[in-house]
Amino acid sequence: MSDVIRFILNGEVHQVSGIDPTTTVLNYLRYHVGKTGTKEGCAEGDCGACTVVLGTLKGEEVQYRAVNACILFLPVLDGKELITVEGLASADGQLHPVQQAMVDHHGSQCGFCTPGFVMALYAHYRNRGDVSVTSINDAIAGNLCRCTGYGPILTAAQTMYDYPAPKEERRDAVERLRDLQSGEPLDLAYHCPRTKTDKRFVTPKNLEQLSAFASELQGATFLAGGTDVGLWVTKQQQILKQTILTTSVDEIKGIVEYDDEIEIGAAASYTDVYEVLESAYPEFGELIRRLGSTQIRNSGTMGGNIANGSPIGDSMPALIAIGTRLVLRRGDKTRELPLEDYFLGYQKQDRQPGEFVERFFVKKPAPDTIFKAHKISKRFDQDISAVCGAFSFEIKDEEIGLARICYGGMAAIPKRATACEAALLGQPWTLQSVQRAMEALEKDYAPIDDMRATAQYRLSAAKNILLKAYLESVVRPYPTDVLAADEVFHA
Amino acid sequence: MLERNKAQKQGGRVGRVHQELAHDSARKHVAGTADYVDDTPEPTDLLHLYIAMSERAHARIVNMDLSDVRSAHGVVCVLSAKDIPGTNDVAPVAGDDPLFADGLVEYHGQSLFVVAAETIEDARAAAKRAKIEYEDFAPSTTIKQAHQSKLYLEPEQVMTLGESAAALDKAPHRVKGTFAVGGQDHFYLEGQVAMTFPQEDGDVLVYSSTQNPSEVQHLVAHVLDRPNNAVTVEVRRMGGGFGGKETQPALLAAAAALVTVKTGRSAKLRLDRDDDMVLTGKRHDFEIDYDVGFDDAGVIQGIEFDLSSRCGYSTDLSRAINDRAMFHCDNTYFLKNATIRSHRCKTHTVSNTAFRGFGGPQGMIGIERVMDAIAQKLSLDPLTVRVRNLYTEGERNVTPYHQTVEEIIAPQLMSDLVESANYIARREEVRAYNETSPVLKRGIALTPVKFGISFTTTHLNQAGALVHVYMDGSIHLNHGGTEMGQGLFVKVAQIVADEFQVDVSRVKITATNTGKVPNTSATAASSGTDLNGMAARDAARQIKDRLVKFASEFYQCDAAKIRFEDGLVHLENQSVPFEDLVKQAYLGRVPLSSTGFYKTPKIHYDRATHRGRPFYYFAYGAAVSEVVIDTLTGEHKVLRVDILHDVGKSINPAIDLGQIEGGFIQGMGWLTSEELYFDDRGRLRTHSPSTYKIPVCSDRPKEFNIKIWDSGRNPEQTIHRSKAVGEPPLMLAISVFSALTDAVASVGNQAVMPQLDAPATPERILRAVEDVREQTGTDLAAGL
Repeated sequence: MSDVIRFILNGEVHQVSGIDPTTTVLNYLRYHVGKTGTKEGCAEGDCGACTVVLGTLKGEEVQYRAVNACILFLPVLDGKELITVEGLASADGQLHPVQQAMVDHHGSQCGFCTPGFVMALYAHYRNRGDVSVTSINDAIAGNLCRCTGYGPILTAAQTMYDYPAPKEERRDAVERLRDLQSGEPLDLAYHCPRTKTDKRFVTPKNLEQLSAFASELQGATFLAGGTDVGLWVTKQQQILKQTILTTSVDEIKGIVEYDDEIEIGAAASYTDVYEVLESAYPEFGELIRRLGSTQIRNSGTMGGNIANGSPIGDSMPALIAIGTRLVLRRGDKTRELPLEDYFLGYQKQDRQPGEFVERFFVKKPAPDTIFKAHKISKRFDQDISAVCGAFSFEIKDEEIGLARICYGGMAAIPKRATACEAALLGQPWTLQSVQRAMEALEKDYAPIDDMRATAQYRLSAAKNILLKAYLESVVRPYPTDVLAADEVFHA
Repeated sequence: MLERNKAQKQGGRVGRVHQELAHDSARKHVAGTADYVDDTPEPTDLLHLYIAMSERAHARIVNMDLSDVRSAHGVVCVLSAKDIPGTNDVAPVAGDDPLFADGLVEYHGQSLFVVAAETIEDARAAAKRAKIEYEDFAPSTTIKQAHQSKLYLEPEQVMTLGESAAALDKAPHRVKGTFAVGGQDHFYLEGQVAMTFPQEDGDVLVYSSTQNPSEVQHLVAHVLDRPNNAVTVEVRRMGGGFGGKETQPALLAAAAALVTVKTGRSAKLRLDRDDDMVLTGKRHDFEIDYDVGFDDAGVIQGIEFDLSSRCGYSTDLSRAINDRAMFHCDNTYFLKNATIRSHRCKTHTVSNTAFRGFGGPQGMIGIERVMDAIAQKLSLDPLTVRVRNLYTEGERNVTPYHQTVEEIIAPQLMSDLVESANYIARREEVRAYNETSPVLKRGIALTPVKFGISFTTTHLNQAGALVHVYMDGSIHLNHGGTEMGQGLFVKVAQIVADEFQVDVSRVKITATNTGKVPNTSATAASSGTDLNGMAARDAARQIKDRLVKFASEFYQCDAAKIRFEDGLVHLENQSVPFEDLVKQAYLGRVPLSSTGFYKTPKIHYDRATHRGRPFYYFAYGAAVSEVVIDTLTGEHKVLRVDILHDVGKSINPAIDLGQIEGGFIQGMGWLTSEELYFDDRGRLRTHSPSTYKIPVCSDRPKEFNIKIWDSGRNPEQTIHRSKAVGEPPLMLAISVFSALTDAVASVGNQAVMPQLDAPATPERILRAVEDVREQTGTDLAAGL
């Protein structure tokens, strides 16, 4: 056990101890070490002004990813490399190509969002990301700019490779990071003088340690990315007395493909699961692409979204429609249940004290499966849906052999549309059947009014996206998707 | 680098006017070394402040027990209304914005008291311990409720031209309509913040993120009961303003200054995003009723508007904002017989404030809606109707406020755009597409912009500057304008460098400071460069004149023949470097410092009759937007936008292009995805970026052609014949809303005028589509 957080900060080894473990990386940078280049725009991971780049040792190389520093707790940095906007220019003051391109193309106006854009694009640059508009859009979907209208930033991104490569990209990062890998969990204790609470933050390194901590610290908060839990601290000022990090456990970060299903560890990030789910279900891939932002998907985990049963987890309807089994662990015992049975009610899940989500199994599509998903939000990128519907149909001989339909945003939990499914089962795959099933949705849901949409809209849209799912599954001579229409318009 | 090369290729030194220079802070922005208020190193005595906010929209405070707040961990002091030595007011005009609520609360989120503590966590946690008893009153939170209760901030204002009632009666065609336009949060990336530092004699130094340092100075002094000279306000830069930092920063600065004088310690008050969005004012939302009469050609014979806006609980700048809405109900069109009535509704919501366009966009979208309605009624292309109603030379050039439109360029500019955007052919393509596309529908629209430039409160149209030339020839530049990202500082530096004909790198741009230039107006109304550029040039010219006079005596040459060029001063038969002349002038005891001043000529306005010449000139532009909507979900995508915009003769085309593009996208957000949702208790429920959605990069149209109009040249004698550019481009986005309306109308083959309100969220578009389907008997499944 260690009580010192060690990481590399812009090339220098940095050690921290005795700090409140739920101090965010952003506040640490700004108010503890005076690195004020990284900005706070929202403190909830939605604006990107706090974007920093995190280097993680992966075998023989370092993987660099952009993350939101505002909802990242400091101990998560242990054993990693942190790069901030202050660390980009070379020692002689020469700007990094990303920075120079931003200057040359007038990519900054007020400049407050700029460090975040620079870091998001720097991560893209380090990963040799391509410079298509689509790819850049995705790289900076989590960065808000209120001044430029984005065009100059886009141009800067598209020209960043035209500049001479920076002189110093540290080659010894792998060795330096390897030196920081102790293999020992952090066990951080802190006494908060204001609340007079004793806090504890642990970072188990394997499943056994995770299980042991979970049994010991019953009632602890599991931290599996922090894209939700981070906000409990920054927005609700909750005091997390005991925190168990799960993303330090490599055993639950893996993704394994079997013939008929895909096993996903609970601590695998959205970025990590994207590729495999996208290849099995392209429309699920699109759903994930639109979930959060690059920064959020780099930190956030699907397992975390499942575990805390957030009613707004936009991947839940898809996972349920496809058919997903959940594996929960408590001590050395595990149990399995279908994902839909895990959600009991609003923010209430079937999880016992000391129990945690270990992994889950997603079904691969059967040969005659049609999978469609549609998410409706006020903005396409990085928004939470008003309604999200996922549809899995098996059509045999023009007849509906199986229908699994699940909506988010229509009830307190992601909920299957059983009446609608029943209305479809055994029916011919026709517009008339689908229209009857649309009506049946009124029996399935009684949605509410809120700031995202009215109940009336939710119900209309829910019906209509079922219709769209049908239209998109049959041959028809007209388009139905505005994003695709945009691509066609510019092709 | 790039722009330097460009300038050098142009054969001159860097920093003349009309050159594409980068923002002066660009290198610092990208390196993270451009400092904002919250980046100031924290002094060891710093107190962190938190403002406690009302949890009621309308109530009397029966009792406020703060003893548990005072005794909380880390708390140093807690101050409320009774602790204010001066006046409990931070209002810009009407004296009706208490710093801390005193007895009555009138919006959910209103400031109650301030907690000063050793850490922000301490301050925030302590504030929650207050025991407040409210006696609840029924809140009136919407425009409709305000009308029902007859709650207004000032009497109805009326502007008239000709005889609208008679003209309406006689008109061959007449349509009436009503629609709603939502408000908008500024969403500057840097939230509101102030830091205060104790000075000798109980004076205070304030770092404020403000567009209006002088007003912050005066209001802080007012609250402290000290003369203005006891308070100095400085602002180097803001992380965005957009009007949101015109009046709102005073509250933060005053609360922090109060703590500083009470404790003798420095203090920082920074609102986090949620508190910022709940506590501070926004763009006014409007309900617009119109009644228009027109002839067979679609030419307006008479029109009446009723503009109702949600002002919130206090006056703030609502009078001038609603006046500007009235001023822009004509946009580029001659209204002939017009009556414009404006209702300034008082509601128990946050007091709405300045936001880029300042009411103008709301007035303008009113008349553009009317253009679409006339076109629908007569089955004409809306562009035809727009063109037929334009102001023209001769008779048809008087605005409803009786100012003559002297510069008629909209017809030419629009016709240039029709051609470059290929509007005619694309209109036909859209029609053809819609015929075979039952689910997706496209729409297209061209809308113009004419925006009046000047503060309509005439006395505000003044500015000061201060220029020093040091012995080594380096120049110190200061003026009353503030930098919020709009590039004002680099433009004014270019103007000064151009005047002395030196490299712009020789001009040091310095923070706006009330100790250097006093009694300034807000950097607002798009006027920053017009006013401060002129004032700075005045200062530079005075120094230059002295240098010329000195040189003619010292070098014995004809003053009329002395020229400044490329860092040199050319005398009759020799040239000396600028810095050498400066050095000699110093030795010759010539004052090398000067203030400068400017006031806008020609303008006057009588608010009692709503007549006069409120605007020095107009800025013009036009945009074509094409969109596609999904008639099953209401989602949409902006496919292509073409903009042609008039900035006169641009001081810095790169900066101006940035304003045009950024303004457009901000306007697009206002009309599409940005929704302020207040619940029935008057609580704002969209108070962070997770629920309040400003455009992101992918919302930008993939094809986006923006051009500065080549023929632009200000007919008035503005600074280098440029035109203001801050606000006007925002209204180019009305073309998106009009195109969406067009797309919705195509669901019913343009047989009915869609009832589309703004913002056009998926929900509002789908509702409008369903309404069109119902009115025209079009089945959802038709054509599937």
